[in-house]
Amino acid sequence: MCGIVGLFAKSAEVEERLGVHLAAMLGQMNDRGPDSAGVAVYRDPVPSGSSKLTLYSADRREDWRALALDLTSAYGGASEPRVRASHAVLVVETNAVEAEAWVRSNRPHLRVMSAGSMIEIYKETGLPRDFVAEFSLADLRGTHALGHTRMATESRVTTEGSHPFSTGFDLCLVHNGSLSNHNRLRLNLRREGIEFQTENDTEVAAGYLAWRMREGASLEEALNGCLEDLDGFYTFAVGTKDGFAVLRDPIACKPAVLAETDEWVAMGSEWRAISVLPGASEARMWEPQPGVVYVWEKELVA
Amino acid sequence: MTAAVMAPEAAAVEVVDLETTSLRELNQRLHDLSRTPGPRAWRIVNANGAHAVVCGLDAEVEVEIEGHVGYYCAGMNKRAQVRVHGNASTGVAENMMSGLVVVDGNVSQSAGASGHGGMLVVRGDASARCGISMKGVDIVVGGSVGHMSAFMAQTGALVVCGDAGEALGDSIYEARLYVRGRVTSLGADCVEKELREEHVAQLRSLLEAAGVDAEPSDFRRYGSARQLYNFRVDNAGAY
Repeated sequence: MCGIVGLFAKSAEVEERLGVHLAAMLGQMNDRGPDSAGVAVYRDPVPSGSSKLTLYSADRREDWRALALDLTSAYGGASEPRVRASHAVLVVETNAVEAEAWVRSNRPHLRVMSAGSMIEIYKETGLPRDFVAEFSLADLRGTHALGHTRMATESRVTTEGSHPFSTGFDLCLVHNGSLSNHNRLRLNLRREGIEFQTENDTEVAAGYLAWRMREGASLEEALNGCLEDLDGFYTFAVGTKDGFAVLRDPIACKPAVLAETDEWVAMGSEWRAISVLPGASEARMWEPQPGVVYVWEKELVA
Repeated sequence: MTAAVMAPEAAAVEVVDLETTSLRELNQRLHDLSRTPGPRAWRIVNANGAHAVVCGLDAEVEVEIEGHVGYYCAGMNKRAQVRVHGNASTGVAENMMSGLVVVDGNVSQSAGASGHGGMLVVRGDASARCGISMKGVDIVVGGSVGHMSAFMAQTGALVVCGDAGEALGDSIYEARLYVRGRVTSLGADCVEKELREEHVAQLRSLLEAAGVDAEPSDFRRYGSARQLYNFRVDNAGAY
């Protein structure tokens, strides 16, 4: 099953309460995905030349401050780590490629959940309702966000196997469905130098998008490539720095509904995820067509 | 709206708010009406996309639902008249046996799936697989239907006032399909057929019952070519 939610703020009021709305939407999708939950929130852009990392440690006593100090001595002026449960967000005064490489070689036990200038990814096993509370999602202000609740089918229930999956800097993917050609595709993508951390099918889709865009495809072109190269069922939502995109496979077994008001654009696996938003009953609402890429970006919506 | 769907007398209406009453309690109260007397007119408010709203009714009652509903609304309906003032998600009126289900807005996939009887009316659009495996239900859609509609339809009628998506009537048995607009493509063993007088008469009565204003002669009829009923050795290579 699995549940997907997405919210794009069109007003300062909704940006201010993005986390509150996201938490409510995720709570509504609790029973579609009781195994794990996760969100990607786009917020607080870092100054140019700096980058933002979201890191995960399996050890709840992880010394995040020591990490920040080490990063400061490497690159100067790293921020105070902002810790949320098993995750921490750090702003580093170097580019994302460099910062991520530093973490991989100096703290190999940490997982880089996201890297970029705005994105923060938090994900954990357990009931979505518990996740919402544990990670204090309601605190998060931001411009847009995606969320996912997982009912696992293709691989183990772990933090790493939870969604969203990072697909590159400031990019992420959430998925409802299952892919049937992910093993072969993973082999092919590994040959292209794409790294995988799990046996998860969605991670392969994320890797596919990352590879296509590395080779010069736009997000829209990469998503259209999915229609050719991925076999299986999917409703995808992709988060970008400026907005989000939605794609359903041509058979469209997996649900999706979109809604829009003057204040927000929202996406959900079901209406009940959207019904908790202010003014939802007056929203324009429609079902995305199978095999069609939908994109919202700040400049398109504003 | 024709006399088939009546607005219940305001004074006699039992109002249930799904924000304060559990769905299970509502459905149980409605199920009890098949054995014990009770209110005949109901109004459900704050449906907020809940699943299985008024599922399994078996009583001559009228139910009006305010707001959008989730999966399987009015599933297995018998005798009752249900009207949704909003949109409905997957499987609205699936396997309905009799009665009338009207949705003012759009419906998601598999609307009226495997319905045995009665009538489902959708004022807006229906998405994929509308009327999949229908077994006698009549479905009237004011807008368009998505791909694979009437897949393996066995009997009953599907009336589409707008367009039909890909593979309409794939592997159809004996259902009658009427489409006013464009058909993207016909599924395996589905062919266009002549619209004879008896079909115009059937269409007229279906449109009237559904309260839809459309001219029967503007529709085209589709049905089974009856080539897939039996295994044919010539097709063996296709499997």
